[in-house]
Amino acid sequence: MTMNNLFGYKERDTWLNHTTGTAKLVGFLAISTMGMISYDTRFLLALGVLAIALMKMAQIKYHEYALMLKLVLVFAVINLVMVTVLAPQYGTQLYGTHHALFGSGYWTITQEQVFYEFNLLLKYLFSLPLAIILLFTTNPSEFAAGLNKIGVPYKIAYSFAITLRYIPDVQSDYHTISLAQQARGYEISKKASLLARSKGAVQIILPLVFTSLDRIETISQAMELRRFGREKKRSWYQEQAFSKRDILVFVGSIGVIVIGVGLLIVNGGRLYNPFQ
Amino acid sequence: MPAPIIDFQHVTFKYHAQAEPTLHDVSFQIYPGEKVLIAGASGSGKTTLLRLLNGLIPQAYAGDITGKLTLNGKNIVEQTLFDLSLQAGTVLQDSDAQFVGLTVAEDIAFALENDNQSVSHIKAEVSKWANRFGLGERLNLAPQALSGGQKQRTAMAGVLVDDGKLLLFDEPLASLDPAAGVVAMEMIDKLQTERDLTVVIIEHRIEEVLSAHVDRVIVMADGRIVANGTPTEMIQSGILPENGLDEPLYVKLLRRAHVDIASLANVADVKQVVVDENKAAIEQLKIPVKKGLHHTKKLVIENVDFSYDKKQRLFKQFSTVIHQGEVLGIVGKNGSGKTTLSHLLTGFLMPDSGDILLDGKSVLQQSIKERADNIGYVLQNPNHMITKATVFEEVASGLILRHVPTDEVEARTRAVLKLIDLDSMRHWPISALSFGQKKRLTIAAVLVLSPQILILDEPTAGQDATHTGELLDFLATINKQENTTIIIITHDMHLLANFVERALVVVDGQLLADTTPAELLADEKLVTAASLRTTSIYQLANRLGISNPEELNAAIVHGQV
Repeated sequence: MTMNNLFGYKERDTWLNHTTGTAKLVGFLAISTMGMISYDTRFLLALGVLAIALMKMAQIKYHEYALMLKLVLVFAVINLVMVTVLAPQYGTQLYGTHHALFGSGYWTITQEQVFYEFNLLLKYLFSLPLAIILLFTTNPSEFAAGLNKIGVPYKIAYSFAITLRYIPDVQSDYHTISLAQQARGYEISKKASLLARSKGAVQIILPLVFTSLDRIETISQAMELRRFGREKKRSWYQEQAFSKRDILVFVGSIGVIVIGVGLLIVNGGRLYNPFQ
Repeated sequence: MPAPIIDFQHVTFKYHAQAEPTLHDVSFQIYPGEKVLIAGASGSGKTTLLRLLNGLIPQAYAGDITGKLTLNGKNIVEQTLFDLSLQAGTVLQDSDAQFVGLTVAEDIAFALENDNQSVSHIKAEVSKWANRFGLGERLNLAPQALSGGQKQRTAMAGVLVDDGKLLLFDEPLASLDPAAGVVAMEMIDKLQTERDLTVVIIEHRIEEVLSAHVDRVIVMADGRIVANGTPTEMIQSGILPENGLDEPLYVKLLRRAHVDIASLANVADVKQVVVDENKAAIEQLKIPVKKGLHHTKKLVIENVDFSYDKKQRLFKQFSTVIHQGEVLGIVGKNGSGKTTLSHLLTGFLMPDSGDILLDGKSVLQQSIKERADNIGYVLQNPNHMITKATVFEEVASGLILRHVPTDEVEARTRAVLKLIDLDSMRHWPISALSFGQKKRLTIAAVLVLSPQILILDEPTAGQDATHTGELLDFLATINKQENTTIIIITHDMHLLANFVERALVVVDGQLLADTTPAELLADEKLVTAASLRTTSIYQLANRLGISNPEELNAAIVHGQV
């Protein structure tokens, strides 16, 4: 283990790894914001292609992000089902036409509704690869530096880095405490009933909280003793100088915004409407 | 004489949260270039003194200060924590928690980042200091991948990048094994001479610190300074044991040989003290090393294989026998399998193959809970174990969970509480207990289940000589009365030398030796392999040309009354 590998950051020799955290963060925010605003299917499809192409270039292996992908897909499906259940006529409202596919009354499913939900799905599909690329190719400290650079106060940006620093410690505390409590007699294994197990789990929380509070006190003292919080600004060891590559990322992001805004004007709103 | 760098005049300090002052009328000076040891038992006020020096008092801990205290001639109380940190660098006791960066490089850079210095300057400084501390190859490593010694060196580098002239160490040896402790003290020594630093070390492990040429020792007890002089004066006066501190082992030996320590020159340095004329008296103390005291097989470990991941096997065909009523020590450098072994015994981990037999019956099918009925395990950190609000509840909880009748719970809990001397405090909230008391409480909570075997992980960590003594008395009692087998995982030299009967040296999953502590601590090869060090008795015996030094070690082990 050479690096904190939470979120799967790894040193890979790709241009996306070498791009500064600030540039990637700005690019991510620009593209995903534009994509969230727009409901232009052509635009969203293009973003999806772009995201997948970037994903290929980032050389991230499937097994590294499989869990994240599955979680997001499950979430997306639940989201789409809920939209259908709660607002089955929203598509008709939005596009102003009614082309029934099947069902009747409240449960009439229209082409408009399916199209609307397809757009929602596209939003998930393009933004997930971008988020994975950002997290997997950016050193956590550089990410914090990037946050700070785009205007997040450094105390908040640093808290992100420090959380990553101590998560492995808290995980190992949790594991140790859980075993110790089982030895004391709290059954957490599958042998016990659900109620007994949840009672046992509560017993882990208290010692974990106390251990963590102890740790936090020491950490904050250690930080103050080395002048964290003294200056208004702070420099970052992991900060990278901007290069041509970063400028290109900025230019590319601006390009995406220009196209997105252009489509907003052409379409006369956020929607691309194939029904009229 | 130059002006003192630290000057305390009649300083009294009371925490707001407490009724009585923690420091009473403390006066002392420390001069530039000195290396000073501030020693004292738990609760003597030495940590409070350190907090006054680095500014954590009054900024993190509020209280009332009277008297005059200056650093570099300026009033400490009127300066901010940040100003003080530029003059006095603090290396905290827990070098793991002090490690705030994600990597070695970022941790060393931390103070400079906070000063908003340019990145190129920071990189140059980090590389300079990392190389100076032998960390140049490890710049990109996370703290989880470092040894205790490396973390502490990172902490030192991270403090020294400020180029301050005063360095404060809070118990620098607490989280290190003895071998790493020796290296750390040598490093501090070297730094001090090269960079003309003033060093203040807070510690209760006197023996190790004295080996690093301390100029002066300040002894604290009950919030007062009870002695302030050279190490030789301290040993001569015999003031250390009176104040809950351990004397070096060779000094104990010399006392037992009725050497007149009060007038012995250089008595604080085992390499220089002249006691040739007492050689005969010392040799007379030798006693044969006792071994093979116990014969009933209690726990048998048979050909155990274990690996955390498939590629690397930690234990390969590991076998040993632990006898009933034995006090067994397991030693070895960190990460070599000591804790893994205890986790295999308690069922926290399962062996890949092989068997573990208790009284001839395999325990592998039992759950963690079932095994805990026979094999009690006390973790190193009491905070990992405590779940209840009061002392009584904590001890009783294991019995209640095993559906023991209420009146029996009461009787058994009270009996154990009496044994560990916490019965009068049974209604106390646990938050009011000291660290040492919490440690004893966790032992009680395990003992109440009447285990036949008790496994303790570093039981003396963070405890001073007085508390260690109490703990050992108590363990000796249950060992004798209940014939409980006691297994101790440790690298505490005093614990090994004074208490353990048999020692297993486990290195990289191999049983390197099965021996007595007396023999182990007189065997340079084994000691190096186990990251321990030889005792000062061994060093003295070597200088005097006394053969079989293990028999002198044994005099300390078994000569204890």
